[in-house]
Amino acid sequence: MESGDKVWEVFIQKKPGLAFKHVGSCHAYDKKMAIQNARDLYTRRGEGRALWVVPADAIVAVPLDDSEAFFDPGDDKVYRHATFYKTPDGVKYL
Amino acid sequence: MDKFEKAFNDIIEKDLKVEPRDWMPEKYRKTLIRQVSQHAHSEIIGMQPEGNWLLRAPSLRSKQVLLAKIQDEAGHGLYLYSVAETLGISRQEMNAQLHSGEAKYSSIFNYPTLTWADMGAVGWLVDGSAIVNQVSLQRTSYGPYARGMVRICKEESFHQRQGYEIMVKMAFGTPEQKEMAQDALNRFWEPSLMMFGPHDADSAHSSQSMAWKIKRESNDHLRQRFIDRTVPQAEYLGLTIPDPNIKWNEETGHYDHSPFNWDEFWNVVNGNGPCNQERLDHHKKALSDNTWVREAAAAYAVKTENVVA
Repeated sequence: MESGDKVWEVFIQKKPGLAFKHVGSCHAYDKKMAIQNARDLYTRRGEGRALWVVPADAIVAVPLDDSEAFFDPGDDKVYRHATFYKTPDGVKYL
Repeated sequence: MDKFEKAFNDIIEKDLKVEPRDWMPEKYRKTLIRQVSQHAHSEIIGMQPEGNWLLRAPSLRSKQVLLAKIQDEAGHGLYLYSVAETLGISRQEMNAQLHSGEAKYSSIFNYPTLTWADMGAVGWLVDGSAIVNQVSLQRTSYGPYARGMVRICKEESFHQRQGYEIMVKMAFGTPEQKEMAQDALNRFWEPSLMMFGPHDADSAHSSQSMAWKIKRESNDHLRQRFIDRTVPQAEYLGLTIPDPNIKWNEETGHYDHSPFNWDEFWNVVNGNGPCNQERLDHHKKALSDNTWVREAAAAYAVKTENVVA
């Protein structure tokens, strides 16, 4: 990449109350330019009113090789789901 | 077969999406880089024939609309460059490949735009043909490419309608205007059909791309869909498709057409179209003229952005 040019990941909040969603990336040299470029590239038609840009190299991800072991603890705990429990007949609002 | 290759094959077979960090065969990656960068370059180079009419648009409204459309094309190019970057090629490398001729762009943009009616024909036929192709690519197996296509298709439908609106105005205008509309159709008809690429039998990359679900429908299939949609639109305009053999075929449920002039197609692909040199020279000049802006931006960032540097 050319000196100073960086990739930024872009997140948009569609409406207040909704989560920010990743929409893609853009190039820019600094924060201000990143947010302006992201606006021009991803919000030309009122796609949202709030915008985050994050330097792509600041994002930490789980290495692909590890993903199975990494997420394993979440796979075998059925008691974390409401459907695991029996509720007595006739009892409401549980 | 190791577990990564198996995981990749499963994704393809189950019609799921391959994501940037998934393992993929080297050839899959290369094929995608070639296709996506060519697609990106087409959007960027495609701004030139339209930019030609920006300062001569016949009304403020048409100028605004054309400007918005050209801005969209720049955006589409950038979405696609971002997609290609997730495959491990930099934007600089892509520009270098464009300039050396190693990477191509759609041949249609090597034809000149001679009259205002050409702005109509480009939107109606060129964007129309691109939409047929891109709608199909919304189901491509590479996730970032598929998502980019969804976004592009949403935006592109305005492009085709604005083109057709120009055609309507010209075709129902003065006899001179109608003649210009017919002339534009005459010049852009066959090049638009060529946008779908060579016949399936002559397409070097097609079968592997179909197997990997990078491409979802064949060149000939998509081309026929475009013809079937477009002929009635030309009839509404009272214009004549420049092919004496265009005729509805009850049996096949499609329009028949003459064989295409593939010599012309390959000639333009190989760099001998009317505007190949001009388009590339302009791109090189723009990139080189802007060097000082990039240098200044880099220097400014060093001064002001110690935190994220």
